[in-house]
Amino acid sequence: MSSDRRDFVLTAGKLLVLTAPAAAYLEAVETGKAEEPAYKMAEHYWGMIVDVDKCIGCGNCVRACKTENDVPVEPYFFRTWVERYHVAEGAEHPDVDSPDGGYSGFPEKYAAGDGAKSFFVPKLCNQCAHSPCTQVCPVGATFESPDGAVLVDKSYCLGCRYCVQACPYGCRFIDPRTKTVDKCNLCYHRITKGLTTACCESCPTGARQLVDLKDPKDPVHDFLRDHKIQVLKPQLATGAKVYYNGLDGSVR
Amino acid sequence: MNRFLKDKEHLVRMAALFAVGVVLFLILKAVLVPKGFGVYGHYRAGALADNRVRAPRFAGRSACIECHTDERDAWKGGKHAGVGCEACHGALAKHAEDPSASNAFKPDPKTICFTCHLTNAAKPRKFPQIDPKNHFDGGACNGCHSPHAPDKEPKK
Repeated sequence: MSSDRRDFVLTAGKLLVLTAPAAAYLEAVETGKAEEPAYKMAEHYWGMIVDVDKCIGCGNCVRACKTENDVPVEPYFFRTWVERYHVAEGAEHPDVDSPDGGYSGFPEKYAAGDGAKSFFVPKLCNQCAHSPCTQVCPVGATFESPDGAVLVDKSYCLGCRYCVQACPYGCRFIDPRTKTVDKCNLCYHRITKGLTTACCESCPTGARQLVDLKDPKDPVHDFLRDHKIQVLKPQLATGAKVYYNGLDGSVR
Repeated sequence: MNRFLKDKEHLVRMAALFAVGVVLFLILKAVLVPKGFGVYGHYRAGALADNRVRAPRFAGRSACIECHTDERDAWKGGKHAGVGCEACHGALAKHAEDPSASNAFKPDPKTICFTCHLTNAAKPRKFPQIDPKNHFDGGACNGCHSPHAPDKEPKK
């Protein structure tokens, strides 16, 4: 009798202990979550290298970005855009233009051989590690993800525009269709599937490179060591992770 | 002791009010704070998954060369080997998933090359640039140049 009771308690105890994993397993089987792709956030930390000397201002990145991310085609909305700098020798301020953000390329505007320095600078969200835009969001709708991308929670955004004003690089806009904020999310839907971003995929000269700073085999580590690197507005200490090689001092 | 007990009635009322306030706060918090908020930080953890759901529109060059082996062999090792297929042929993830669903975009050989190679003072000087006035005769570029590998043997 007493042994029966002992058996019963033991068996019941075992069943009780097994219930939780069994339920979790059953749920995983039923919802198909067990086959979740093996993307581990803790193993990645994303950034980008922009090689200014390689940019030819073709606008492929701007067009690819708009296609990939459904950015409105009107020339006021960009997740990435390209600027043309024209710095006359000894000039205090550069002339900067960006016709349609570089969407249709850059029609020749300056006479060749006018003695000025001229070059293209691609711009995008700098995926700051200490981002001013995420700090001002009153509802936690924008944030730095554990793998280093600054993302927007579109279902939670109020459209208050604080972050649009807070971004020192002008990387955010209000999507006219949803009235919520939008910005470069480093093609988060692509990089978590093992693809590179749409802009890097379509850049013909390799001026833009997606980099994984946590991957010891990523050539970024050699690149950062071998080149003189600058980020935009370093004095703001935003922790920007878009590293520019060959950036001129006139670029703001 | 008696002096405290004398006033206990309003103390109890205050404590009850406080308790009601705490309960109300906890109920409101449970209702208003979304699921997963605060798991990684001051945001909804589900927003990470929301950012991942979009289907890519650019398949990536590795997907293209799985099938297009002739083009791959022509392209590899040439001067355009760093240029992705979709840089000229457009976004083709749909085609990569189901080749019969959509056809690859065939760029116009009279204009596509100028996307990159049209002369411009702001381009790096060592980048090959063409001024149509003194090079282009109005014909298609691929009449002379092989687009997949322009430095390999010229097209007859």
